[in-house]
Amino acid sequence: MSDWFDESASLFTAEKLFALATVVRGAQPGAKLIIRPDGAFTGNLDDAALRARIIADALRLMAQETSETIAYDLDHVFIETFVPPPRLIIIGGVHTAIPLAQFARELDFRVTLVDGRGRFATRERFPDVDELIVEWPDDVIPRLRLDQSTYVVILTHDPKFDLPTLKALSTTQPRYIGAMGSRETRRQHMAELRAQGVSDEFLKTVYGPVGLDLGGRSPAEMALAIMAQIIAVRYNRPGGHLMHAAKE
Amino acid sequence: MQEILTQVQTWRAQGEDVALATVTWTAGSTPRAIGAKMAVTARGEFVGSVSGGCVEGAVIDQARAVLQSGSPKLVSYGISDDMAWDVGLACGGSIQVFIEKI
Repeated sequence: MSDWFDESASLFTAEKLFALATVVRGAQPGAKLIIRPDGAFTGNLDDAALRARIIADALRLMAQETSETIAYDLDHVFIETFVPPPRLIIIGGVHTAIPLAQFARELDFRVTLVDGRGRFATRERFPDVDELIVEWPDDVIPRLRLDQSTYVVILTHDPKFDLPTLKALSTTQPRYIGAMGSRETRRQHMAELRAQGVSDEFLKTVYGPVGLDLGGRSPAEMALAIMAQIIAVRYNRPGGHLMHAAKE
Repeated sequence: MQEILTQVQTWRAQGEDVALATVTWTAGSTPRAIGAKMAVTARGEFVGSVSGGCVEGAVIDQARAVLQSGSPKLVSYGISDDMAWDVGLACGGSIQVFIEKI
């Protein structure tokens, strides 16, 4: 009876992208289909024509990372997509990185900390991160899978680390890149990178000064402003007060 | 989600029947989004949530009925013109919850 549950549970635990479709109203209520991003499916839904329509919609919803109940004539089908957890790559094991890693973990991000300086990137300072990489960021970046569920924050705040890191990132496509530093720092970095041939198109996508405008200056407050910005970017929202927000 | 999954697996390993309630549709302002889940045992123990606490009690009763009958059920909560709902959402939104035995 519950094969679908065990299969979904193991896909979820393995952090795979998949969709679980359930007939909530119609000829076969409770019938299930599990759909993978390549279109492969399992399940006990008998109606082959309905199955084909559900699979087409499931592939679309997986790409959009959303879930929806869709009416197919008399059958109503809830298609739920399960999206692997987002990843946060923190470049620089500085003070602000400690609360940032904690907030990100609480928000179900997988956290990787990268710093070439062994005294900064220690398990004592970062006991909870999923991955701790003690190497220069520009060496590491080409090896990381930077996709649309990956967020990168550069906290090193030193041109000798920031500039090579940004240059290495310029050929990748993560969902978000934030770089700590004042407007003046940003201006200098941008000018230098432009001179090194990095495209304006890329530089404009880098969030810096980093974070939402929450006003705090302590490391934890800055970490909160950065994490809040990442969540706003994830859901395509401006990040202001809800009472002033435009309706979706 | 992981918390609910872990609890369900523990219950099932202990031989308990478990029903899963999932928010499958929402309209207007609702406390939990589509996909929010709650698992309920025949004894009425539960984990997770489908609203801000306003309909969980009713969902637990429905879930126990589903465990008894074995047949899944789609239930609606919210404000309606005919005031047909005895359990409402204070936020003014409406939700549908699909409840099934797993």
